[in-house]
Formats: sequence, C-alpha cells, structure tokens
Amino acid sequence: MVTNQAIEGSFQLIGGNFENAGNASIHLKQKLTELGIKEDVVRRASIITFEAEINVIIYAAAGWLRYYIMPQYIKIIVEDMGPGIEDIALAMQEGYSTAPEWIREMGWGAGMGLPNMKKNSDEFKIDSVVGEGTTVEMVINLTS
Amino acid sequence: MKLLDFVKLLSLDVKSYSDGLQQDVTGGYASDLLSDVLANSKKGDIWITLQTHQNIVAVANVKGLAGIIIVGRKEPQKDTLDKAEAEKITIMTTSMSAFETAGRIYQLLKFT
Repeated sequence: MVTNQAIEGSFQLIGGNFENAGNASIHLKQKLTELGIKEDVVRRASIITFEAEINVIIYAAAGWLRYYIMPQYIKIIVEDMGPGIEDIALAMQEGYSTAPEWIREMGWGAGMGLPNMKKNSDEFKIDSVVGEGTTVEMVINLTS
Repeated sequence: MKLLDFVKLLSLDVKSYSDGLQQDVTGGYASDLLSDVLANSKKGDIWITLQTHQNIVAVANVKGLAGIIIVGRKEPQKDTLDKAEAEKITIMTTSMSAFETAGRIYQLLKFT
C-alpha cells in the first residue's frame, strides 16, 4: 500500500446512457492496480462499481459515483435521483428484478446487481426514499 | 493455448483487435447474463455469449478476459466493435451454437 492520504474520484452517471457503463469501473481498476493493491481487492471493487453504474443507468434519471481510496479501506458511494426502492429486502433477493424486458435482453436486470455488490463488500449500506432516490455505500477493507 | 490457436482450430472470424490474438487463454466462461460474467468469470477466460451490444466490451475489459466469442451467427454492432478496438478487446464470431463452441473449447483446454 503506497497511499498515505485519500485518493478520490467521482463520476456522473446519466440514466439510459449505456455507452458509458463500466467507465468508472475500468478507471477505478486501473487506479487501484497502479497503487499496487492486491488483485482480489481490485476484482471486488471493480465488480461493485460496475453493478452500481448499471443500476443508476437502468433505473435513475442521473446519479453520482464517488470513490475514496484510504490507507485502510476503499469506500464507494453511489447516489441517484431515481424512483427509489419500495422494499429493500425484496430488492436484495437474488433473482428479484423490476427491470423491463429490453434491459433483460441485454443481459442486465437478472436480479444479481445488488446481491453482487453486497457479496463483494465488507460493509454494505443502502438507503432509499421512494420518489427521491437511492444511496448505496460500500467499503472494502485493505487490511485483513 | 493462445487465442490464435482457437481461431484456427474453430475457424472463428476475428472482428476486432487482431493484435490480441497472441493472448493466452487459461479458461472459458459461457453466459449471456452480464452480472453473472462480472461475478464469476476469471482473468484469462474466453467468453462465449450471444450478446452483441457494447457493454460486453467493458465487462471483458474490467474482468481481464482473453476475448469474446459471439455465437450463433450473430454480428456485433458497430459501436461494439469501435469500443473493442479502443479498449483492445478481441471479438470473434462463429456460426456454431454456444453449446458446441463451449464443448470444443473445453475439450481443447482440458485435453491438449
């Protein structure tokens, strides 16, 4: 680990803009690899980031993804202006999805996004207000 | 084995980034669900899918996949190929089904 202070970055995400899906993930992966962070952590961080990006692009009007690379952990926060989630427990169930058919045809919307994000985080927090938006905060520890 | 070996043995058509054919292939993954590929594919895998849209490129890039084979005579979209060139991802196509493609690749990887 070479950092002694926070390295941070942010990405704006626009609903429906599939063209840029994965850009934040690829960027963060490069950054973490440059910092010499171990491959398994990089893998988990890039999965989390990609799924977070896709969720905003599928469901929200717009959103922000921010990351903070600290000496002890990586924090990824994604905040959107979207429809919100009525039943978070249900949304967290693997296989549950409200995605429309055309999204499913693209191979997204299989109800794996939020579970994948949780599975690859050491800490996972989700807050949602129907009609306002959803915020997900995830932490991956760098010390084990 | 290298990507080039699979291209020759399975008569695949190379659609993007032919410079990537020297890449080593260490495994394979067959799925059309992108979250599944994100979660479960491994670096160096060759990915077998019938998805043709541009998000397959970012998934392959972020996972460090060796290349993508689009099966069933489907053609990748132009923006997919442009992105693949830019991100150095080799895309190949075949008229074989996913089943046959996966079976032949599995055999080549495990028994040669």
